[in-house]
Order: sequence, then C-alpha cells, then structure tokens
Amino acid sequence: MKTKVAIIGGGIVGASIARVLSKYENLEVHLIEKEADVGWGVSKANTALIHGGYDDDPDKYPMRAKLCIKGNRLWHQWVKELEIPHIWNGALIVALKDEDFDELERLLERGQRNGVPEMRIIDREELFHLEPNVNPNALGALWVPIVGQIGSIPAVIAIVENAVANGVKVHLETEVRGIKVENGEVKGVETNNGFIEADIVINAAGLYADEISKIAGIDYFEIHPRKGEYWIFDEGIPGPNHVLFPTPTPISKGVVVTTEISGHLMIGPNAQDLPKDYKDDTSTTREGLEEVWQKAQEIWPNLPPRWKVIRTFAGLRPEPTGGDFIIKAEEEVQGFINVAGIRSPGLTSAPAIGYEVRDIIERDLGIKLKEKEKWNPYRKEITHFFMLQPNQINELVKKNPAYGRIVCRCNKVSEGDVLEAIERMKFIGVKTPSVDSVKFRTKATTGTCQGSFCKVVIINLLAREYGIPPWKVTLKGKGSEIGIGDVKVLLRGEAQ
Amino acid sequence: MNSTMLQYDVVVIGGGPAGLAAAVKAREYGLNVLLLDENDYLGGILPQCIHPGFGIHYFREELTGPEFSHRFVQRVKDLKIDYFVKARVLEIKNYSDLEKIVVFTSPEGAFEVWTKAIIYATGARERHAFEIGIVGDRVAGIYTAGEAQTLMDIYGVMPGKEVVIVGSGDVGLIMARRFALEGAKVKAVIELMPYPGGLARNVMILRDFNIPLYLSHKVVEVRGKKRVEKVKVVKVDENLREIPGTEFWIECDTIIISAGLIPQVKLLTDIGVEIDPATGGPVVNDLLETTVPGIFVAGNSLLINDLVDYVAEQGELAAYGAKLFIENGGIPAEKWIKLEKGNNIRLAVPHYLSGKRDVYIYVRVKKPMENVVLNFPEIDKKIRLPVVRPAEMLRIRLRKEEIAKAKDKITIEVIQQ
Ligand SMILES: Cc1cc2nc3c(=O)[nH]c(=O)nc-3n(C[C@H](O)[C@H](O)[C@H](O)COP(=O)(O)OP(=O)(O)OC[C@H]3O[C@@H](n4cnc5c(N)ncnc54)[C@H](O)[C@@H]3O)c2cc1C
Repeated sequence: MKTKVAIIGGGIVGASIARVLSKYENLEVHLIEKEADVGWGVSKANTALIHGGYDDDPDKYPMRAKLCIKGNRLWHQWVKELEIPHIWNGALIVALKDEDFDELERLLERGQRNGVPEMRIIDREELFHLEPNVNPNALGALWVPIVGQIGSIPAVIAIVENAVANGVKVHLETEVRGIKVENGEVKGVETNNGFIEADIVINAAGLYADEISKIAGIDYFEIHPRKGEYWIFDEGIPGPNHVLFPTPTPISKGVVVTTEISGHLMIGPNAQDLPKDYKDDTSTTREGLEEVWQKAQEIWPNLPPRWKVIRTFAGLRPEPTGGDFIIKAEEEVQGFINVAGIRSPGLTSAPAIGYEVRDIIERDLGIKLKEKEKWNPYRKEITHFFMLQPNQINELVKKNPAYGRIVCRCNKVSEGDVLEAIERMKFIGVKTPSVDSVKFRTKATTGTCQGSFCKVVIINLLAREYGIPPWKVTLKGKGSEIGIGDVKVLLRGEAQ
Repeated sequence: MNSTMLQYDVVVIGGGPAGLAAAVKAREYGLNVLLLDENDYLGGILPQCIHPGFGIHYFREELTGPEFSHRFVQRVKDLKIDYFVKARVLEIKNYSDLEKIVVFTSPEGAFEVWTKAIIYATGARERHAFEIGIVGDRVAGIYTAGEAQTLMDIYGVMPGKEVVIVGSGDVGLIMARRFALEGAKVKAVIELMPYPGGLARNVMILRDFNIPLYLSHKVVEVRGKKRVEKVKVVKVDENLREIPGTEFWIECDTIIISAGLIPQVKLLTDIGVEIDPATGGPVVNDLLETTVPGIFVAGNSLLINDLVDYVAEQGELAAYGAKLFIENGGIPAEKWIKLEKGNNIRLAVPHYLSGKRDVYIYVRVKKPMENVVLNFPEIDKKIRLPVVRPAEMLRIRLRKEEIAKAKDKITIEVIQQ
C-alpha cells in the first residue's frame, strides 16, 4: 500500500520536497497550493542567489549552515537536469574599511568550517581586476566562486513540471484550512476544495507555516515578515560581473548589487521587520527603496538615473522564532512534519531540504522507501525565441507559424513561446489563466515597456486557449481580472 | 543563415501613419518598397483611436483614427506595395551606404532583406508606472492609456468603473472622455505641472464631463489587494517638490498612466545612431536622415508629435530623402547649418539644415509664455505669437533663402515682447 503525502505550499521548498519524494514507489504525493499557480509566495520575490554557505553560523543556526552548502552543491546538478536558467558567476564581499577585513576573516573561517570550497580574501588590485567599476575606495574582498544566480520562479515551475511528470498530483487554488488529527495521528487536510486524505502532512507554507502548524496543534514558534525591496534597471546598463555584497552586519547580509540572470542591473534588498499580520504586504515603499538606493551606491557609485528604472518590487522573508530553519517530524502529532521558517538562504537550501525531509520520513516516521525503477530526472526548458539561432527559427516556424510572431517586443518572446507556456500551465493544473503565469514562463512583459504592448496580446491568447472572454483573464489569479466585462457593461448596468 | 533573401530599394519599418505615408510616397516616386509591421494589422495606433481629430491639415477634413489609417492602407493596396504584418524586425545591419540588411521574423518565416535605404517609423512607447516613481502594490487595474485604449477599442474589454487618470496630455484627456462615455466614473485627472498637458480643445473635455483636474499634483502610491483600491495623491510646489501634509487618497479600481511617450529607437541605437536627449529620437538633417547615412526616421520615433498630419508629412519627407539618397548614392550637402536651441526652447527638429530646400521645423517650448516673439537672430526672422505652450508643438517654415543667410548655425529662441 502507498503512503499518502500531502505537502502544503507550492513554493521552492514544497516543490523540492515533492520532486525528491516523487522518486519513491511507495509514496503518493500531493502538492497543495492556495494560489492559482506555483511559486507565487516568498519564492517569487527574492534576490535569487544560490548562496555560498559561508554566512550561517553553525553553532547558532545548524540547519541553515548544513543545508545551504548542501543545497548549493545540489543546485549545480538540478539546474542541468531541469534546464533552469542560471549563472555561476561568484560573489565578492567588498571591504570598504580596514575593520571590514576582520569580518571577512570571520566569514572565511566560518565558510571553511561549513565546507565551502575555494574561498579566499583578495586584495584591492585583484578586486579591481575582477570588478573595475566597484567603489574606487574599496580595499579588497572575500571571493566566493561557488555563488550563483537562478531564475527563482522558473526554478519552482521546472521542479513542479518534473514532479508532475513523475506522478505528483498538484492541487492549485486549494487552501488548507484545517488538519484532521485523530488519536495523535494526521489523517489529512481540509481545504476549500474538500478533504484530502494523507498519512503524512508536510507543512511548507512559507510565511503561513506558523498558522498551519497551529491548526495541527503545535505552536512553539511564530513567523514574522521581514520586507526587502528592490530596483531593476533597463537593459543595456552595465552592471557588475559578479554578485557584490557589502561586508555584512549582524542583522543583514546587506544590499546586493548584481546583474541578474536576464541581464538587468538589480539592487536590493533592505530589511524591514513588519508586524506579524502583514504577511501579504508586498507593497514597495519610498523609504525602503531610498534606503536601498543609498546603500547600493556605497559599493556601486555609478547607479543609472532614476528614469532608467523599469521595475521595483518587494518580498517578505519568513523569519521564525529562533532564526534557524525548523525542519522536523513533530512528536505530538504523528505524521506531521514542519518545514517552517525557511528564510534566506531557503532558495539555496531547497533541494537539500527535500532530502532532509526524505531522511526524516525514513528515520523518524519509520517508512521504508522504495525507489522507482523508472524515475525521470530530466525536464526540458520551454522554447525561448530569444535563444534561437536563425536556422532554428526557420525550422520551427515551418512547423508552427506561431513561433514567427513576436508578442513581447522587448524580450523577443514569440506567440509560440506563449502557447507552449499555456500548455505547460495546463499540464500542472493551472485553472485560472493569468498574465503572471505566462510572464514567469516566458519573460514576456518584463522588459523595458513592462508589457504595455504585449499584455493585451497575451490576454487574448489566454482567453482563446482557455475558452473564456478576455476580460475574465487575470493578472495574478482570481480577483485580479483585467476587466469587468465588455465595453458596454456599465451602460447596461451589468457590472457587479 | 538559411532564411529567405529579399531585395528592395526601401524598407519601411513600422506601419503607422508615418510608415504608411512614407511607403506610399516612396512607391509614387517609383521605388521598390517593402513595408513591415509587427501588429496584426496596418495603421499603428490609429485603429484604436476611435475619436475624431485626425487629418484636418492633411485631408482638410476631420476623420477618426480608423478612417485616417484606412485611406492610407487603401493606397498601400492600390499601389500594390509589398507588406508584412506580424513581422518583427530583429536587427538592422549597416554594410555600406547603399547596402543594408533588415532581418525580420514573421509567421511566414525569417527573412533577410537587402535594401538601399531604410525608413524607420516604429512610433513610441508609453512611460509606465515604475518609470514615474509610483510605489505600493503591483495589482490589477493599472494600465497605460494606450493599453486601456487597445483593450476597449480593439478588443471591447471594459477595464474598470472608477478611474483616476495620471497625466493631462491629449491621450489622458481622450481616455477620460472614453471612460466617461462608457459609463465609468472618472474621479480625477492628476497633473504634475501647473498647467494641463493637452491641446486646449481636449482640456474642454474635462468641463464637458465634469471631471476634476488637479494641477500641481502627483500620484505617489497605489494600494490594493488583488486590484487597485485607492491611490495616494500629493500636491507639489513650483519646483515639483512634494508639499508635506497635503497627501490625500482617492478610491478607485483603475489607474490610467498617461505620463508621456518615448520614441522607440532600440534598433537604431544598436547600430550607433546618435540620439538627441531632448527628443529621445535620432539626430537628423532636413531630409530626416539619421547619423547613419541612408537611414531615415519619421513620426513618433523621430519626436513625439501631437498631430497625425505632421507625422504623415514627416513620412513623406523621409520618402523624398530616401529617393534623393538612392539617386545620388548619398545625400549631398557641402556644409550643414546647425539649428541651436535658445531661450525657452526644449527641442527643435531637424537638427541640421542644408539651405538647399525649404524646411518645416518642429519646436516645443519649455514653459508657457504669452505675447512672445520667436526669434531667429542669425537670419533676422521674427514671428509674433500670442501664446506658446509646451503642449502645443510649433511648426515653422523656413525658406531656403532664409536659411542660406546663416553661416554655420541658426538659433531659435522665445523672447518676451
Ligand atoms: C527579500 C528576500 C530575499 C531573499 N533572497 C534569497 C537568496 O538570494 N537566496 C536564497 O537562497 N534565499 C533567499 N530568500 C529566501 C527564499 O526566498 C525563501 O527561503 C524561499 O523562497 C522560501 O520558500 P517556501 O517554499 O518556503 O515559501 P513560499 O514560496 O512562500 O511557499 C509557500 C507556499 O505556501 C502556500 N500556502 C500558504 N498557506 C497555504 C495554505 N493554507 N494552503 C495552501 N497553500 C498555502 C503559499 O501560497 C506559498 O506559495 C530571500 C527571501 C526574501 C523575501
């Protein structure tokens, strides 16, 4: 008989757990997500770094220290198997004052303890050789070559596609509202879409993991949101070749200056603690953005003019009581596993968290896992027109003319790319079509014009493929419909 | 590359009014023309501009956008001009003065076109909420004016029912009327400057529909859960600095950003065409040739125009330029006279004059002034004007005899009478 597993939360953590568990013959895995698509929680808005693993103190935060470096190593493999956009360009933690070198020494030592390879402190000359436009007063840096960057939502999507291909069932727009526990054992989860039976319930609900834990009867921790804000600049503005950090302070890794994987200069985040009930406040603020600007300027003095900004955004880190990741089978409730407080470096650690949970299932829940004979580790990336060679374009267009039609001018996304995105949305079970679902799969609408030309075209393609009127297409799930009806709806008095 | 090869005298990139006019004129000159547009249809933004006000100068009658573009599209068809829609130019390669390659893709495949001249007429894009520094939630209900117009007038989608419009330029004002006509409540038009940005006849719309206009105000923040719920507005002083304590919120479900246009010139900057920071478009001579010989530019990718008539006029001039260029293997001029910006002049196009032909110069002022003289000191020319406004582009004819009086530059300035 199969053991039924319900994973609550389709972020990078839930997805990674689902992928790892999809390897086993005797598990039936359900991934449950309240949003219309996967990856729209914390995993949507972050710095998207695969950290080096030198930052987390193994005495204070053993889980973070252990899983970060392990996760970094696993990502090197996962990005290849799953064709996730990535770049391994290394990080420089920049010293601006003599005292900063003391901190860099500490980081170097900690990194060595955590098992981070190839780190070293470099002098001014080498720093400017690597990064000519860094603050001219910089004195040196800690060089961490294993740091990289990925597309964070594309990663969630890739992992979920692969998990589904390996038999995982995804329940979107399904919100867990209760957890059924009988005689100290979990029996399943109550959702807006009915009851889902489960022998094991894994709580990977990001910012809401404390609330989920509470409804299972376990409340020794709380999660509060810590906001981080960002600026992204137009293409063509030269950014750094590496990920640049300031020397960290006890509370924060500091504002990063980087060229993110699609080639745009990006700065952020700051860190602002919000009240506990502000878990959906991902608004940007002027104070926060100003703070980021000032701090970024300290390591990268030649920031572009403000009108070169194409986007600002904010993300919320789920900060747990105690500060370390909480990953454990709870003894009071058999079969309930908390994977909570997965703050930074949670993206980096996610694959390692997947294996950690597998170990917990075997070790603590005593389930003997049996590997599938055929498990498919591979997933093919969606076609990106902008990556094709001219001869490939022609071959593709011959087969399907939609690939010859450019929808997003700024990022050269073709109608074929968009149709493929829609097919993949349907493959993992997206029911409510949204522009964001297409955006995260194709990069349409993320360029200089921020979708002012292509959004309408995408809306019409979504409407056609989902068989609904265009105004019912959403920006980001139910409640964000792009219109209220056809043009005469108000005159006829029909608007809701 | 195994894409299909084509050969033309002129490739016109962009099928809006500038490109249509250019293609028609070039064909009338006997040139072999290819017209390319990335939309599903020819006409550029005109098919979505269903209000009147088009063609008063050009056709001497008042047409709607679709009517105006239809006349040109008909000419394109009558003259059997080759064109592709859904065709996106990916790259321009400049081999030599008379050898250029335009690479484009379309549902019919990828193509390379060898051409002698290019007329670039790709129009403009709109500034969006992030560029004008609006913070807050990124939710549904935030549209640029053009986006809302496309939704409503091409696809029949009503975006929302309680609307705040950011920017009082013509596009913003016309969208205010458009929403009001469909039964939406337009709660306010918010304008940063102390004067409205649109033509006087469009500012009248606000009175007709009883829509409040807030001058010297700015939208700074948007809030909402899934969809816009309210916007924060603040008053600014003469230096456009926010006045603390003047903030207030307006409840609405839709925000229309109409904060100006930016010429789309990416393909040109990729090959090193020089850009005028004042217009955002290329630096050009009096045939609208850019700093790369044989590449001409017209319409909103040259500079932002307020009248389609000027746009069509520029397209025709660019076609004439292309014809001269092809006939002579280049545009001859022994020396160019530079048009210099003096007092209260924000922009002036074209940038270089030959003195060999009459030209229209297009000028915008920085701030409104009354009872002024437009002065051209080097050539002793003065034009009296009761008023100049940033919103209204001035179009002034300079005759070649006048231009020829100048040695190396002609300054244009506004002086108080
Ligand atoms: C500003 C910022 C910068 C960061 N930078 C980095 C970085 O550079 N590198 C790095 O490694 N990490 C970084 N992180 C951390 C990283 O983003 C997170 O650790 C990671 O994304 C957490 O993933 P998750 O799956 O736990 O959470 P989420 O992505 O939030 O997933 C949880 C999911 O659960 C769903 N959910 C919640 N409640 C319910 C319910 N009741 N029923 C059903 N579904 C529910 C949510 O909708 C959500 O999709 C950063 C975080 C932030 C905010």
